Amino acid sequence: MNETLKLNNLTKKYYNKVALQNVNLTFERGKIYGLLGPNGSGKTTLMKIIAGLHKQTSGEILINDKPLSFETKAFVSYLPTDNFLYDSFKVKDIIKFYSDMYSDFNKDFALEVLQNNVDIELKVSKLSSGMIGKLKVALSLSRNADIYLLDEPLNGVDVLARDAIMDLIVKAYNENKIIIISSHLVSETEKIFDSAIFIKDGNIELNGDAEELRQSYGKSIENIYKEIYNHA
Amino acid sequence: MEFNNNIPIYMQVIHRIKQDIVTGKLKQGDKLPSSRDYSYELGINFNTVARVYKELEMEDIVFTKRGLGTFITESSEKVESIRHEMAKELIDNYISGMKQLGFMRNDMIEFVKENKYNSNEGNMKNE
Repeated sequence: MNETLKLNNLTKKYYNKVALQNVNLTFERGKIYGLLGPNGSGKTTLMKIIAGLHKQTSGEILINDKPLSFETKAFVSYLPTDNFLYDSFKVKDIIKFYSDMYSDFNKDFALEVLQNNVDIELKVSKLSSGMIGKLKVALSLSRNADIYLLDEPLNGVDVLARDAIMDLIVKAYNENKIIIISSHLVSETEKIFDSAIFIKDGNIELNGDAEELRQSYGKSIENIYKEIYNHA
Repeated sequence: MEFNNNIPIYMQVIHRIKQDIVTGKLKQGDKLPSSRDYSYELGINFNTVARVYKELEMEDIVFTKRGLGTFITESSEKVESIRHEMAKELIDNYISGMKQLGFMRNDMIEFVKENKYNSNEGNMKNE
């Protein structure tokens, strides 16, 4: 089946605060999904649950028809928002570290996409935030996973590096992958989405094919976003 | 290529390909890039490009040769019909825009005849 990732009635509560409420979503291989919403809407919580870092309060996650487990974790490549790279490492050491850590890591792909972007002889502490952004995304996409979760890949990154990161994602795409990108920078990201999922206060507010949404609303995904979140 | 995100992207790509065919930038029988390469070149989603090719194929503007790729139609009549279709689109836009401004049909015709504002681009007398 194409439906590699399925969320059924997913709910997450932190004490009595509801972070996600009855989320039902299906993701198909070969598609790029935009997970959209302002800070605090539940995007990161959703990604962390799919990545197996948080446990849901109720509901079910199926990856390749199996419930989420240590086994299915291997299918998922997750890019968190925080900077997790050691300052004292050189870029090439990090690539080595990733190769050792993940058996599905494609070192050649990583080196190829970093070639014109980041000097692998540099230490992480010497990299600009744009370079760190590119490096993080390149590392996540260099794994040969089924599902990629990119949490705010454009945060804190200048315009040129943003373009480079979007190019990286388009380049890494293939028909067998699911790529989920969370962002509140909608205008920069919307061109590469197959589907847009709008999340608001833990609920799925709107979910549909990006081109059909543009057609039926007569506006961009960004403008639909403004419409949804301005009347909060 | 700059996109207007308010309009479905596949439509904009289709429009551009048609324009390139009519202006001769793309020649009859030319091979188009693979969906993958084209999506990378334009910085857009792969499935969007696949959809562009599918729609163009349904309109007989491109054809695929198995294992070889996607090619521009070799029919001159087809190219001519695209030219007319695009002209019709421009005229429709002109008419609806002029209507909004409150002009009547005759005014519109006069405007075109006189080439009223005589801008360089719109000047037909020299051609």
